[in-house]
Amino acid sequence: MSILVNKDSKIMVQGLTGRQGSFHAQQCIDYGTQIVAGVTPGRGGEEHIGVPVFNTAHEAVAATGANVSMIYVPAAFAADAILEAADAGVELVICITEGIPVLDMVKVKAALTDYDCRLVGPNCPGVITPGECKIGIMPGFIHKPGKIGVISRSGTLTYEAVYQTTNNGLGQTSCVGIGGDPIRGMNFIDCLELFEKDPATEGIIMVGEIGGTDEEAAARYIKDYVTKPVVGYIAGVTAPKGKRMGHAGAIVSGGEGTAAAKYAALEAAGVRTVQSPAELGSAMLELLGS
Amino acid sequence: MNLHEYQAKQLFASYDIPVSKGYIADTPEGAIEVAKRLGGNLWVVKAQVHAGGRGKAGGVKLARSFDEVAAATKDLIGGRLITKQTDSAGLPINIVFVEAGSDIASELYLSMVVDRAAEQVGFMASIAGGMDIEEVAEATPEKIVTLSVNPAAGFQPWQARKLGYGLGLNPDQMKEFAVIAANLYRMFFECDCEMVEINPLIINTEGKLLALDAKVGIEGNSLFRHPDLVAMRDTTQEDARELAASEHDLNYVSLDGNIACMVNGAGLAMATMDLIKLHGGNPANFLDVGGGATPERVAAAFKLILSNESVEAILVNIFGGIVRCDVIAEGIISAVKEVQVSVPVVVRLEGTNVEKGRAMLAESGLAITAADDLTDAAKKVVASVA
Repeated sequence: MSILVNKDSKIMVQGLTGRQGSFHAQQCIDYGTQIVAGVTPGRGGEEHIGVPVFNTAHEAVAATGANVSMIYVPAAFAADAILEAADAGVELVICITEGIPVLDMVKVKAALTDYDCRLVGPNCPGVITPGECKIGIMPGFIHKPGKIGVISRSGTLTYEAVYQTTNNGLGQTSCVGIGGDPIRGMNFIDCLELFEKDPATEGIIMVGEIGGTDEEAAARYIKDYVTKPVVGYIAGVTAPKGKRMGHAGAIVSGGEGTAAAKYAALEAAGVRTVQSPAELGSAMLELLGS
Repeated sequence: MNLHEYQAKQLFASYDIPVSKGYIADTPEGAIEVAKRLGGNLWVVKAQVHAGGRGKAGGVKLARSFDEVAAATKDLIGGRLITKQTDSAGLPINIVFVEAGSDIASELYLSMVVDRAAEQVGFMASIAGGMDIEEVAEATPEKIVTLSVNPAAGFQPWQARKLGYGLGLNPDQMKEFAVIAANLYRMFFECDCEMVEINPLIINTEGKLLALDAKVGIEGNSLFRHPDLVAMRDTTQEDARELAASEHDLNYVSLDGNIACMVNGAGLAMATMDLIKLHGGNPANFLDVGGGATPERVAAAFKLILSNESVEAILVNIFGGIVRCDVIAEGIISAVKEVQVSVPVVVRLEGTNVEKGRAMLAESGLAITAADDLTDAAKKVVASVA
């Protein structure tokens, strides 16, 4: 079992014909992901890396039955692409694009309430169900089918958690990079809910970082609704106040969003926290072993 | 990207938001010209720097004569202003804004931000203007009114009323305020702001509302569609190394330790700083070289790191996902040679072809120590400066 995506997921790629889109879509195909369509306005009717290209998301969905969209279009056009995909009827949109203006995302989030469509990202590595379906830019080979669900705001820290749980034999059910932007699609809570329901997931690793209060909200949710063991790590203990640390959303402002507050909330909710990302895998092994 | 007060006020004026009248100057003579042009017998000379807390730091001076205007300007221009929001070096004062003195009856507070929890643009208003709003929120939260605006509906009259009643406005002021708030909301979206703060928004002795100060931040991701606003950028107010980094598309933040780090990915870069601290060291910077970690970017990153004289060792932490470790190792080796790195370099590589990458580093003949994992890397780099 898994969450969000599996071997039956059919993916269309918005921005397939671009450099990034081509490269990463090919990597996904090589992993075994069913990439069924590409969308590039003006390139309809062509074939690109063996995938049929359509002018619109609606045509792509109608012709191929795609139920997930993966987005690589440039930041200036990404909000438009997300809403086009939602209107075309896909269940899940995974937006990899980094640098989308935050007020575009404010509008996207308001408009998405009209659709039965989940959004992951933007500014994220994507979603993977090891051995079945890789949608995004993560290196497939570090993953291994198994029993841990991974949720993270950071790409490379997701890889750390994945690599450690692969090496210690736990493996992963699914891994969701929810993205580093301040306003994004699925949040920790949405993923926690799905992992809690997924019978194959035995433990959950969540990797947060400074900025906002989503980890605090997740901690409250865990306390009330999550029965599976959770290991948590927060990046940015040493980050200075008021400075944006790479991710648009990673900033401590007005005393809000500190790593200390997030750690305290997670600990109060019974989450096993680690001070070093190198301990994510071993902490989970310990929890599941006991 | 932050604007200066005078730029923010120009923006306000273009959206019909009332501001105190004034002009900029960069010499005492220029400041006198401005004072003459404004008329009256009371002026305020304000240092233009990208930081709040200017008043308490001596960056805002009252002048009752042309001589005092000139003296205040002479005093400020060319100096540096250190406020509670700057570092200990402060920010350079290149320009002053000279404005006509206002007769203040009361001071209010009004701000807007992107409210992350609500995923909407939020307003905050308070009758306790002219003070540090964080202190007001701490001591007297009942004096603060907040709300957020659904972008589909836009700013509504009831929202203006809610804020206006919270500010204790009379019916005439309420009308003025409704226009100001609606215009601010329009400006916020049209200019892709991430923050607007008016502290204080005053009621003058004629009972009129006026923005006496103005702070505007433009959201970084949106700059590609605002060339007019980008033209207002004042790079003298930015950290020199952070500025150089941005020119190479590197994400860099200066810290005050002695162990530099170079990492791919923002989350891992923060975690690397934390690890250095956890193992008893002090990070000198945050630096995300991005996913590619090409030789050119790595070389630029080394140059940047070494421009900080406090740096005594460097930790390179790369999780090679799509990019192979041997390619990254090659980049590191050529960069270390090219830049002539003289401090110890500890490298932790992980990912595809990691063995080959580590072997290349070991055989390079350079002062590069390969680390086995994250913890080993942190321990080794901390030991190298002990």
